[in-house]
Amino acid sequence: MNAKISRREVLKGTGALVVSFNLFGPVSQVLAQLSAGPDLAGDLKATSLDSWIAIGRDGMVTVFSSKVDLGTGVETALAQIVADELDVQFKQIKMITGDTTKAVDQGITAGSRTIELAGPQLRQAAAAARQELLKLASQRLGAPISKLTVTDGVVSVLGNGHKVSYANLLGGKHFNVQIPATGNGWGLKLAPDVPAKNYMDYKTVGKSVPRVDLPPKFTAQFTYVQDVRVPGMLHGRVVRPPTVAAKPASIDEDSIKNIPGIVKVVHEGSFVGVVAQTEWAAIQAAKALKVTWSTPETKMPANPDAVYDYLKNTKGFAERPGMPPRGNVEQALAQASKTMEATYRWPFQMHGMLAPSCAIADVQGDKVTIWAPSQGIFDTRKRVSDLLGLPESKIQVLYREASGCYGRLGTDDAAEDAVVMSRAVSKPVRVQWMRADEHGWEPKGPAQLLTVRAAMDASGKVTAWDFLDRSFPWTEANGIPLVTSRQVGLKAPGQGFPNGTGGGGDTYTFDNQRIVASAIPWVQPDPTPLRTSPLRAPGDLARMFASECFMDELAAAQGVDGVQFRMRYAASNKRATDALTAVAKLANWQERPAPAPTSSGNIAAGRGVAVSARSNSVVAVVAEVEVDKSSGEVTVKKVAVAHDCGLIINPDGLKNQIEGNVIQGTSRALMEEVLYDSSGIKNLDWSSYPILRYEKIPQIDIRLIDRREMPALGGGEPSIGPVPAAIANAIFDATGARLREAPFTPERVLRAMHAGVTSTQRA
Amino acid sequence: MARISLRVNNQSRVVDTDPTTPLLYVLRDDLELHGPRFGCGLGQCGACTVIMDGNAVRSCSIPVSGAQNRSITTLEGLGTVQHPHALQTAFIEEQAAQCGYCMNGMIMVSKVLLDKNPHPTDDQIKQALNGNLCRCGSHVRVIRAVKRAAGVKA
Repeated sequence: MNAKISRREVLKGTGALVVSFNLFGPVSQVLAQLSAGPDLAGDLKATSLDSWIAIGRDGMVTVFSSKVDLGTGVETALAQIVADELDVQFKQIKMITGDTTKAVDQGITAGSRTIELAGPQLRQAAAAARQELLKLASQRLGAPISKLTVTDGVVSVLGNGHKVSYANLLGGKHFNVQIPATGNGWGLKLAPDVPAKNYMDYKTVGKSVPRVDLPPKFTAQFTYVQDVRVPGMLHGRVVRPPTVAAKPASIDEDSIKNIPGIVKVVHEGSFVGVVAQTEWAAIQAAKALKVTWSTPETKMPANPDAVYDYLKNTKGFAERPGMPPRGNVEQALAQASKTMEATYRWPFQMHGMLAPSCAIADVQGDKVTIWAPSQGIFDTRKRVSDLLGLPESKIQVLYREASGCYGRLGTDDAAEDAVVMSRAVSKPVRVQWMRADEHGWEPKGPAQLLTVRAAMDASGKVTAWDFLDRSFPWTEANGIPLVTSRQVGLKAPGQGFPNGTGGGGDTYTFDNQRIVASAIPWVQPDPTPLRTSPLRAPGDLARMFASECFMDELAAAQGVDGVQFRMRYAASNKRATDALTAVAKLANWQERPAPAPTSSGNIAAGRGVAVSARSNSVVAVVAEVEVDKSSGEVTVKKVAVAHDCGLIINPDGLKNQIEGNVIQGTSRALMEEVLYDSSGIKNLDWSSYPILRYEKIPQIDIRLIDRREMPALGGGEPSIGPVPAAIANAIFDATGARLREAPFTPERVLRAMHAGVTSTQRA
Repeated sequence: MARISLRVNNQSRVVDTDPTTPLLYVLRDDLELHGPRFGCGLGQCGACTVIMDGNAVRSCSIPVSGAQNRSITTLEGLGTVQHPHALQTAFIEEQAAQCGYCMNGMIMVSKVLLDKNPHPTDDQIKQALNGNLCRCGSHVRVIRAVKRAAGVKA
């Protein structure tokens, strides 16, 4: 909803939605009245129970969270957790999310960690609230807490039938209770001393509660960030340089003077944008504006081959283990009776948000309001604070949902674009990137080069596993610097954060085992359109592609069935073997070595398996493919997934996520590669960067492994990781051709089929 | 600038705008409709789909002058949360979206499909929707929802 709701209205339980764009001042006053301490935006104290939960006079329970729904349904799932802990019905919960003036910072919404980390935060807040409500009920009803039960927000005394509702106890009033809180962001721990419910007592958790956001979305009654309209709002569009460091040598404003409604050409540092009265005028002007850019000092790489060579020959600035090393890998390799080695390539890929970046900013003197789809509203506030030189307390960031972003909106560039343009015209400005802006300048998932070596003894047992991932960092500097900040001259320190470490064979146990992720410094000192940010399951697809295909190569070299081979080395990892067993059953897996017997027709069919873990969620996948032997075209017919993310909050919501992961993973495996040369990105639209369409959507079968006794873990991205590996293994099974470079385009499949690619074997 | 008459969701509307403006921006900015959405502006993704004289069209690629005196239906014209169209009900029942941004196009194209072919096969549904992109991967649910709606209509 676009409407703003104040804490006071929440407490009054009037249900009134106050639509206003001038609440920034009043909100602070309301907050000041509400809790003893803070009256500054975003300065809510985690230690105040009132920062988290409010009971309305109507019995509605409002939950305040900085976590945002990125289109995954997590808001519904978090509400389920609170409903159970408070003993209220799901429909009694109202979530207010993503407002820097109404929520404690629980850290960025990312990494499939929201259910895992914010879930317990809200659960403990709810448990503390319930404890407090029971204390009040005990006094009111004259009965000890041990004699009280709660159903749908009504407290009853066992035996005598006396009752009082939460609304009667506290409706419209504050808790005025302090709770223990340590740490911050993802690491925030709330009220650890309050006992939470046993999983056996969950009523709402574990049910497929329908998502609250979908009915308005299907009827155009939902307000995406793209739909936000502010009185007096103007429209802005960006004009991007070839690289961030390139400066406009000249801007010919006469080139757009015939377009009616132009308000201003905004030029600051290397930032150029156009503000206009209408969206269409801004679009035309940004396209027509003649800008001559200085020759950038920083060049794009010449082509993907040059990037892989660079990755191979450049020393990493950070080497991080994917797991604690075991034994002595070098010694085991030297003493082996046989060794194998293979190298895999993973390209730059796009998040490919269906909706290009969009944000609205209203900079009025020293007060700033931003409507943005940022994964981290407090991060965006900090960045804008740095950009404008204003204290964070003067800036309010209001989350409004965009399209699915898969990590891209941790880097919410459009918010800064809007701020710079709004400041220039002293009016609210809505900025929306065009498709070419988004494809061209979205931060990409980085290219990776991966090498795996294994040693076998005389019996064929794998005695050593040596895995090396060479990857660019997932950001080109520490933090995730935005384009506009860089353009106006803010420096971003550091060499960037490494691109994750998981999925390099950490599911298995070998006597000697080494998994290393090496972060390779950037080719260029300044950001180009190849700048990076975390892309769904960062780095995992490539590492799992390499590790799980190499496991398949080892199995095939020994003539052993792929599932059976994995079971041997995952034996001490029960969740992995359970997932493998489950997926093999689901896919009706018949044990035999790969490749399959050669088929006589033009279509070759095969199946492949992969298993891996991310953020402690374990996923096993079987893909079934058909390969057109004459064209090399691969069709994924069926994908089976066994998924274990601990306790399941919402089974249908989880299945929805898994289906999406399978489809996006199939798309990234078969089709997606950012193409570039020294002049820039080559795929600036959907025809040059195609994604999977309906005609190629596989059948998807899912087996959820619910571990009620475990904590709830993430489901947003673990299941995308093993998908490309399972597909590559299925292509090998069908054709005997081993794909070691993604995506598996018809050309690459044909080349592999004809070249008879093999791993380096030394007997 | 020109005054242009449109018929949108069975209502007559007059807008004063540059006649070259794509219909999408007039629907969104002048008429404040949220159904049609900007995805690419190139006619490649389908997020901006509306129904014009019974056909699904890409509103980002039609100048508003070309929509003059045509009958246009947007997602708003189908139903509301309180009174949803059978397709909208089916999408809700199948929970057929993640972010939902592309779903305007999915529903509008499906509406035209079912109007012309009340009992489509899976392949016919896929074929009809093939030009509409979804990045979240809600395809299998959308197909189920369209089949469910077709059943409701039968």
